[in-house]
Amino acid sequence: MAKMMKVDTSQAPPLEAAVAVRDDHDLLNPGTPFNPGWVEDIHINASAVERRTDSLKNRRSLKKDWQAAWLLRAVSCMDLTTLSGDDTPGRVKRLCSKARNPVRQDILKALGAQSLGLTTGAVCVYHSMVETAVTALKGSGIPVAAVSTAFPACMAPLETRLAEIRASVAAGAMEIDIVITRHFVLTQNWRALYDEVCAYRKACGKAHMKTIISTGQLATMNNVAKASMVCMMAGADFIKTSTGMEAVNATLPVSLVMIRMIRRYRELTEFKVGFKPAGGVSSARDSLNYLVLIKEELGDKWLGPELFRFGASSLLGDIERQLEHFVTGHYSASHRHPIA
Amino acid sequence: MNVAEIFKTMSYGPAPEATDKVDQWLQDHQEHSLLLIDGQWVAPSSGDYFDSINPATGVVLGKVAQANAADIDKAVKAARAAQPAWQELSGHQRARYLYALARLMQKHSRRLAVLETLDNGKPIRESRDVDVPLAVRHFYHHAGWAQLMRTELPGQQAVGVVGQIIPWNFPLLMAAWKVAPALAAGNCVVLKPAEFTSLSALMFGELCQEAGIPAGVVNIVTGDGETGAELVKHPDINKVAFTGSTDVGRLIKQQTAGSGKKLTLELGGKSPFIVFDDADLDSAVEGLVESIWFNQGQVCCGCSRLLVQEGIADTLIERIKTRMATLRVGDPLDKGVDMGAIIDPSQRERIDALVKQGVVEGATLWQPEGACPESGCFYPPTLLTDVESSNVVAREEIFGPVLSVLSFRSQQEAIDLANNSRYGLASSVWSENINRALDVAPQLKAGVVWINSANQFDASCGFGGYRESGIGREGGMEGMYEYLKPRDNKPMEQGIPMPQPQASPQGAADAGIDHTAKMYIGGKQARPDSGNSTQVLAVDGRVVGLVGEGNRKDIRNAVEAAYKAEGWSKTSVHNRAQILFYIAENLSYRDEEFARRLIALTGASSEEAKAEVEAAIERLFYYAAWADKYDGSVHQPPIRGVVLAMNEAIGVMGIACPDGSPLLAFISMLAPVIAMGNRAVVIPSQRYPLIATDFYQVLETSDLPAGVVNIVTGERELLSKVLAEHNQVDGLWYHGTAQGSMVVEQVSVGNLKRTWVNHGRARDWMSSEQGEGKQFLREACQVKNIWIPYGDSI
Repeated sequence: MAKMMKVDTSQAPPLEAAVAVRDDHDLLNPGTPFNPGWVEDIHINASAVERRTDSLKNRRSLKKDWQAAWLLRAVSCMDLTTLSGDDTPGRVKRLCSKARNPVRQDILKALGAQSLGLTTGAVCVYHSMVETAVTALKGSGIPVAAVSTAFPACMAPLETRLAEIRASVAAGAMEIDIVITRHFVLTQNWRALYDEVCAYRKACGKAHMKTIISTGQLATMNNVAKASMVCMMAGADFIKTSTGMEAVNATLPVSLVMIRMIRRYRELTEFKVGFKPAGGVSSARDSLNYLVLIKEELGDKWLGPELFRFGASSLLGDIERQLEHFVTGHYSASHRHPIA
Repeated sequence: MNVAEIFKTMSYGPAPEATDKVDQWLQDHQEHSLLLIDGQWVAPSSGDYFDSINPATGVVLGKVAQANAADIDKAVKAARAAQPAWQELSGHQRARYLYALARLMQKHSRRLAVLETLDNGKPIRESRDVDVPLAVRHFYHHAGWAQLMRTELPGQQAVGVVGQIIPWNFPLLMAAWKVAPALAAGNCVVLKPAEFTSLSALMFGELCQEAGIPAGVVNIVTGDGETGAELVKHPDINKVAFTGSTDVGRLIKQQTAGSGKKLTLELGGKSPFIVFDDADLDSAVEGLVESIWFNQGQVCCGCSRLLVQEGIADTLIERIKTRMATLRVGDPLDKGVDMGAIIDPSQRERIDALVKQGVVEGATLWQPEGACPESGCFYPPTLLTDVESSNVVAREEIFGPVLSVLSFRSQQEAIDLANNSRYGLASSVWSENINRALDVAPQLKAGVVWINSANQFDASCGFGGYRESGIGREGGMEGMYEYLKPRDNKPMEQGIPMPQPQASPQGAADAGIDHTAKMYIGGKQARPDSGNSTQVLAVDGRVVGLVGEGNRKDIRNAVEAAYKAEGWSKTSVHNRAQILFYIAENLSYRDEEFARRLIALTGASSEEAKAEVEAAIERLFYYAAWADKYDGSVHQPPIRGVVLAMNEAIGVMGIACPDGSPLLAFISMLAPVIAMGNRAVVIPSQRYPLIATDFYQVLETSDLPAGVVNIVTGERELLSKVLAEHNQVDGLWYHGTAQGSMVVEQVSVGNLKRTWVNHGRARDWMSSEQGEGKQFLREACQVKNIWIPYGDSI
């Protein structure tokens, strides 16, 4: 099994923050016993949540150098993802190469950002591509994340799902993005959800576990909040909105609800849990809205890849174009940036 | 800081809004701005100008003209001259003008927003996303009212020339709230912007010209409080519309007393923000940000009193503090700033003095560290805990970013604390239990209730206060009525002079068992406190009975009884209708007796007397019919949710009756008042009180709960003055002399009660046009708008 916390620094220098995190086992959320009171206590007002995210979009504004720096930060928090039935080793290798060099060097140079050693936060693939990715990323310090547990529908037997986690960890995945049994949420069977995620947690071993709750299938904001809380109690290192396959994926309102649960869980336990919106975040502007939301609601500590990730496939392209525009003053075109 | 450093710190940088277009405008007006009178920009006759200052920087933006009485007179004359033609335009033609103005404001929205922020100090985010869009929306909405006036407001016409005085906290938006409905209804206006913030009104005046609005329809006169006072005083205005402090509102009501000028007042508040233990606390915290930390807390309807259920108080306060620390206070032109500058150093000092006083009285002060820039007129977001209800910061309007926290145990205690205020403008209720929220909302004495939200506004929803927070509504149909009067509002007849009875030596008319007419208080017959009685003379001069000589203590007792009968305001409309029908039925059993009494007292012919009794019975039917039909409405502002506009009882109402048609007038005023759920203290016809004292026997047999109707006989002018001055009386209808009308308006300012007086003009109570109608129902109600956002699905 790959040592997830060790980072090979022989190649591109890793991000300072990222090094610190990956060396520190203590940041893992050990979870807590099942505490139904923490779930019952939850009240979410969807309209008020939406008003907050609507207003926040216009409450903060990032211009010029600030916009560029924040976009670079977004890149560093990105789980560059390919989850397609026609993925091939060649495709995955290309993605990994993009993860190592997500932004053209001349642009980074113009921004004075070469010293940052910018990479994406991770590369996210299906189990069968884990080995390819691990090999391709060797020495970069970029972890491989594997979606697991019969992603995306979670409809396989539990044993099969646990075996899939173990296999991916054995293949070198440092991060496991698991999916949950949605009907536990829809039938308010919180104990069953807790037990399931605990079992996943155990199977992950030292790999980081990101629990995908599939907000778009959970029907209500209250369910989103409660599922988030239960997954954190069961030891999730990250809570993640969506598989990217649901009809509705990450939105700012569901993200706000989850983020507030992270804050609440921290108040209750002092454990920090990360957040990953996935699916639907495709523009540079979107990514800034998310970063602002995180900064405002959780604070600066959460603004790095150790506690925040975007699950995205097309976002990087837009950020690259925006950065080139900032550097040159001219609008860019997609074909000017290496394809992922 | 370079990109790599920002990457590490993840700080926010500056994001200034460009001001070049507004700088140009200011430069073009640098010499001095002028007054818009009769379509021309003219210099003030005083030749005086004062500075308009950017409160964030202290920089002088320009010179503003100081208008005096002569300028006001010119402006009023121009408005008067323009008004007939403006009113004669079709609604559609006026709608076109208002639509053009809405479009122009949209086209110049950024310029308006930047100018507003420069002049007022509010964050550009607010002027750009709140003030200007809401102002535009107001013109769209009222273009619609102009278009629909003929069919939807039949029988109504413009009041004439309106003097409008607006405050400095939302300069452009308040101008829109004033001008749009006035113009839609066919009025012409003289608008007086606040001294601190005149500039956006002047830019608005230019847009009026660009929209081709005829000369004299909109006149804009800048100046200080004196200018406003001259406008209020001007004898040729038909209405005053004022938004500002309660103290000035009181003065205006006093000054316009007896003048017949229609009045709307939007005044101060100390609105409650109630958080129950089943609320979404994080969202409630954000609600506070939208409420008390909106516009630096300089919002009349900002919820400055947090009432929190005890079990969650500590948690909520911690979360509020955490949130306060992330509020960014600073350059209002920065697009990333949450709170801008306080309007003026004098205002800042006032805020600070009240906060300090609150601390002296026991409050604990908390402010985030280093919140404010070092220069400029700023005040940090402020939290005061350990506030008891007697503390000045729990009672006085601070008009700054200061939140006072009180706690409660139960829903009932929350309501009691919320209503423990002289004000009644707005309120905010947070609970995820819809049963609770919808139960609490009607019990709050406030013109607006925001459920799980705060500071929501829309042109379609009326806005205005209960109690000392104001009179009248702005927005929606109820707002339109404030700028209308019944068409054919011919001066009412002065009334047929009543025959003067001569005291006759013949003595009592009936030599039967002594009949003692008592007062009727709290469902019981009551002797007068004075122990004195007055003879009631028939038209032929014979003494037909004695009635008690009511005094202030009788009024006190009657008001107390009416106050206690609050169950009537909550009883079902069906029940109220049923009882009114029953009163009519019981009166009809005794129609001959009442007719005889009328003949004996007034000298009416038998036909006349019978007709009056029949009319009284029919009128009771009329209001019984309305009791369960005068519904509120459901508005659909641009939110996912609804707004319920509920017609609520005013509360305890006084009624002073005329002498003419003594039975019918008494019924015509009493029936709508109780039909709408008010409890009444009635001073019946001074000359013919026996009609009313006979009537309480009808009430006693009609299942009317004790205290709903109380009758105090005696001298009308004396007793109505006591009622007008009584601070537990919420409304007063007076039908008597011009002098008495003036007194009632003048002395009712203690609690700013709703008054409706006849200015000495008699109504023809027998006619359905003058003696009954929806106007009576409107005057017997106040509209509460309850905002109910909903939705839980993803």
